[in-house]
Order: sequence, then C-alpha cells, then structure tokens
Amino acid sequence: MSETSPSVELLEQVEDVGGAAQPLLQVSGLTKHFPVRGDLFSPRKTVRAVDNVSFSIAKGETVGIVGESGCGKSTTARLLMHLMKRDAGDIVYDGMQVGRALSLRELRRGMQMVFQDSYASLNPRLTIEDSIAFGPKVHGMADAAARLLARELLGKVGLRPETFANRYPHEISGGQRQRVNIARALALSPRLVILDEAVSALDKSVEAQVLNLLADLKREFGLTYLFISHDLNVVRYISDRVLVMYLGEVVELGPVDKVWDAPAHPYTRALLAAMPSSDPDNRTETPPISGDPPNPIDPPSGCRFHTRCPFAEPLCANATPELSDVDTMGHQAACYMAIAGSGHSRAPAKENDKGATAA
Amino acid sequence: MSNLVEIRDLNIRFTGERTVHAVNDISLTLGEGEVLGLLGESGSGKSVTLRALMRLLPKKRTQISGTVKVLGRDVLAMNDEQLAAFRGQTVSMIFQEPALALDPVYTIGHQIAESVMRHEGKSQKEGMARALEMLEVVRIPSARRRLDAYPHEMSGGMRQRAMIALALACKPKILLADEPTTALDATVQIQILLLLRELQREFGMSVIFVTHDIGVAIEICDRVAVMYAGQIVEQGRLRDIVRSPVHPYAKGLLASTVHGAKRGQRLETIPGTPPSLDKAPASCSFAPRCSYAQPRCSERLPPNVQVSPDRTARCVLAERATAVG
Repeated sequence: MSETSPSVELLEQVEDVGGAAQPLLQVSGLTKHFPVRGDLFSPRKTVRAVDNVSFSIAKGETVGIVGESGCGKSTTARLLMHLMKRDAGDIVYDGMQVGRALSLRELRRGMQMVFQDSYASLNPRLTIEDSIAFGPKVHGMADAAARLLARELLGKVGLRPETFANRYPHEISGGQRQRVNIARALALSPRLVILDEAVSALDKSVEAQVLNLLADLKREFGLTYLFISHDLNVVRYISDRVLVMYLGEVVELGPVDKVWDAPAHPYTRALLAAMPSSDPDNRTETPPISGDPPNPIDPPSGCRFHTRCPFAEPLCANATPELSDVDTMGHQAACYMAIAGSGHSRAPAKENDKGATAA
Repeated sequence: MSNLVEIRDLNIRFTGERTVHAVNDISLTLGEGEVLGLLGESGSGKSVTLRALMRLLPKKRTQISGTVKVLGRDVLAMNDEQLAAFRGQTVSMIFQEPALALDPVYTIGHQIAESVMRHEGKSQKEGMARALEMLEVVRIPSARRRLDAYPHEMSGGMRQRAMIALALACKPKILLADEPTTALDATVQIQILLLLRELQREFGMSVIFVTHDIGVAIEICDRVAVMYAGQIVEQGRLRDIVRSPVHPYAKGLLASTVHGAKRGQRLETIPGTPPSLDKAPASCSFAPRCSYAQPRCSERLPPNVQVSPDRTARCVLAERATAVG
C-alpha cells in the first residue's frame, strides 16, 4: 500500500492469517443443484449446475476456469461470493471457515467480484464516484475519505478523476465501465478478485488494455485472481493454473502450460482444437467433436462427456471417473484413460510410472 | 470474375435525437464464389453496411446515399414489392441470435416451406420436402422429426443450423452472415464455420461475413475489409492483411488479439477509444489514437491508396509504402 499517496486512506486489508503456505481459498465438494419444474406429469428434474467441485487458490496466484455455457463456471463464482446458497461443500478463506471463523461481511471485504455485464452491475442513479465510494462507506469509512479513495482508484484504473468522477454509467463506454467496476471491487482492499467473464463483452483492442491493467493492479495491490472465461487465449495468457469444467464438474486441472501442451482429458483436447486457427494457410479441416453440449438438466450418467467422447467405452457410462494425478506437478484429469489400471483399453497399465503416461 | 455486389461511395446516417454517421464513403465489391469478411469492432459500421445491402434499416430515420448494386440491379431504387422478392431469393441473411430471428410460433419446417412457397411458387407439400432436404444438408440429426420442432425446443447450435437451412432454402446467390457464430460455444462455433465453408463451396454462393473475431475471419474469408468508425481502412486478401497489415489500426487490431501471447508479457494495445460518429469525418478518424500520426492526418481525409492490385489502405503511410515498393 506504500504506492498510494499518504493523504488517501485505504480500508485495511483482511489480515493474512495463515501465512504464505496457506491457500487463500480452499473449496471442497462444492455442489449446487437447481430444481426445475418438469412437465405436468413428469417428475421434478434437477439441473446439476455444480457437482462436487474442489480446488484451491494459492496466495498471489491467478487461477482460470474455462468451459462452455452451462458448465457451471459462473455458478461456482456466485457460490464462492455467497451470492447464492450452496447445497453442500466447504469454502475456506485463508484457513478460516466462512460463517464460523469469518463473517460473511468480512469475507466480502476479502473477496470481490467483477461481472461480465458492466452496465447491469452499476447502479444507474449513482455517479461513478458514488458507486466506488459506496462499499467503503458501508464498511465504516467517512464520506470524504471514501470519495478521496474513489478518485484515487479511478486514477489507478486509468480514468482521469476530474473527467469521470461525476459521470453516470450510461455516459461512458463499455471498456471504461469495466474499469469502474474493477475500481469498485478494489475499493474494499480485497485480496481475492473474482473476474467472471470480465473482459468478454469488450472489443479486442479494449480487452487488451483491461488485461494489461489487471496485470498492473495485481502487482501493485498483491492480488489473487480467479479468472473465469470461455476464451482460451485469454485464460492462457493470464492464468497460472486452470480448471476445465464440463456440465458442472471439473474434468481437468493443472498448470496452464501443462494442460495446454498435453491435455489429458478428451474434452480439453476438443476445446483446444476448436479454437479458430491463426494461420490462413492452416485452417481447421474437421471439427474436433460433433453436437452441442448436452442439457445440464439430468446430465448423462458416469462420465458426463461420454455421449460426445470419441473414445468412450462401456465403463465410462457406468461410474464417474475421479480426478486423478497425471503427473507430479499438480496436473489432474477425470478420465479413465488417464487412470492407470482403470479398465479402459487406452488407460496405462497399473505398474507403469506416471512419467510414461504423460509421454 | 464478375462482381455480384458493387457498393460505391455508400454513406449511411441515422437521424433523430442525434445524428450518427454510421457509414462514411465506403466502396467494396464481392466477386462470384468469394467470401468477403467485414472485420471491425462494435460501432465500426459493419452490420449497418450489411443491412443496407438488404435494405433492412428503418426507412424513416435512415439517410442512404451512394450506389448499391446487386447482380446489376440498384437495390436503393427497389420498391417494396421488388424488395420482398429480392430478399430470401437473391440475397439472404443469417443473424447472430437465431432465437430472435426465427418465428417462435411456427415450426421450423413450416418456416422453411413458407419461404419456398413464397419465392418459388411451390405447393405446401413440395415446400416441406425442400425443408426436409435442407435440414439434412445442414446436418440436423433426425431431421424428419425436427421439421415439427419449434425454435425453443432446439439447442443454440441446432437453431443456428436451422436458420442456415432457412436462409439457403431458395438457393440464394449471396449470403449475408452477421456474426452467426458469436453467440455459440467454442466447440459448436467451429462446427458451424466448417459447415458454412462447405455449403458455400457446394452451392457456389458468395458470402459477406461480418465478424469482430480475427480467428473466425481466418477460418472462413478469402478477402477482408477492416472497418473503423464507419470507413474501410484496409481491404485486401485475408492472407496479406493478416501477415502484413499496412494501416496502423489493422496493425493494432491484429497485435492486440491475445493469440499465443506469453504470460507476463504486456499486450500491445491501441490507446484511447473510437470517436463518436456525430460528425462526418473531415480528417483521419484514427489519427487521435495513432502512434504514426502526422500533422496532415488531422487536417484532411487520408487518401485511399492502392497498395497493390487487390489491396487498398486509407492511410498516408501507405503512400510511402507504395513509393518505396
């Protein structure tokens, strides 16, 4: 915080309790099912939006979540922010169980979120300055100090406070609004910022500006990011580790380069192969998989990808494969082909060491 | 190669509470069997240009000047009756949101059959037969059953296929595609792109494809026109523009696309924001954001320089490039 000018008072960051080795966020068994009304005579159905999702985020890390619509990435973000109630699972922030050791109010100071729709997430009747100052005031900051902080943060996100502070959200462009949302998230001095498709609605040249800004802010404020996006190029650029989700489940997770260079799950492979080519002489010739993602209402049994998977075998429909280590670097995949001795014809034999399977 | 579409000096302005100069002096041509991409960011005028080709813009609030010729006929001079025959038969369009473009109260089969009956004077039965044939062409699984499906009963990718089937039902010479894959998931997007590419070859259609995504343009276009603030800033073969863009905006747009950029490395950006379009441009619209800008850039309109036989760029830098080359 030494970079900010001395006259500006910042809310104190939620204290680092666990030390550097303690993950900032630990999530285990996170589950959310939505009941949906079926037809008049059919039984009630459920959308298994998030099913038994576990992961952790280390301090100072950027973790990406990728997946297609309906895979549960945004629901996961909302559950973490406690914007909706989870059905099961634990969320531990810096070693503290939310609800017991850490109040919801404290959690929301330590964790902030930026949404995709920059317009819908700002109050249209508040000026930009008021919007940014609102949070700190709720947390007990005096009005004048909060306004000073808002102006300081506007400068940090590259918007001249003299020009922008008194404008309303409809008076500025989408890229500028997203900067305001980022400033508002930072106003509470959070340690974790969840970015839910925060750059997806922006034009490419503006997207690059905001990504650079996010990198600068991360360094300056010592932030940790959870970055949710469907754009694989952006996720690769910004993330240290990545989670790939499919129909509410994590199918693969690991360091981003490992996952990109040697994807272990056939869905990850398909997702990567589906990226449009960047070389006019080397266009994509065949689609990696056919069909649409299935409806998350009553998803397929066993491995949820087996209905679209070119390597599916009978065992894939029977039971869900667990996330299993692919190597010792934290690269994991939930696929029988990556589990030694699973019974899948492409699975490595049980005695083989893990290094050989990756090769 | 004869030109199916010829647009010359097209200007479009929207009037009302405030005036917007959406398209300023653009000229382009579309050859037979060619796929032309209109590439640009939001507000660059690419969709407006496409809609002008089918006269889909609101009549009362739009002023159009210039010439738009399709197959030698003047589109701007057509009356309503001629337009109704022209749309769907000579030129058809597919949109970003099939859920909004399809009629929710009619089945897919009915909507395709109606178009065939209207344009080709076929019977209901023949229309339905064509509908089935078209659903098979766009590879909708169990097509016969899907004839009776309503749009809301289909998934996003399936609806987009159905809209393509509807657009192609009367074998138009020209297909206009307005970001048809933008709302789709990645694994579905590539399927639709490959389908469009295949159908374009099979039907021998010419296509104008509007997109903001360079990757998508690379997959489907032969030629591209890069648009900025209602103008075409650079036009030429896709390969040439992707490899060596001449106009600083085209350069910046290509450089700021996150494609294999290394983590920790800063992305190249174009500073600033696009201009508001409330005045017709009197100088280079990109000059305020351009790192190569010279005094004359903000004094008068830049020349449209013929860089090579099939390539133009609207920039003073291009003059130098041609003088040297």
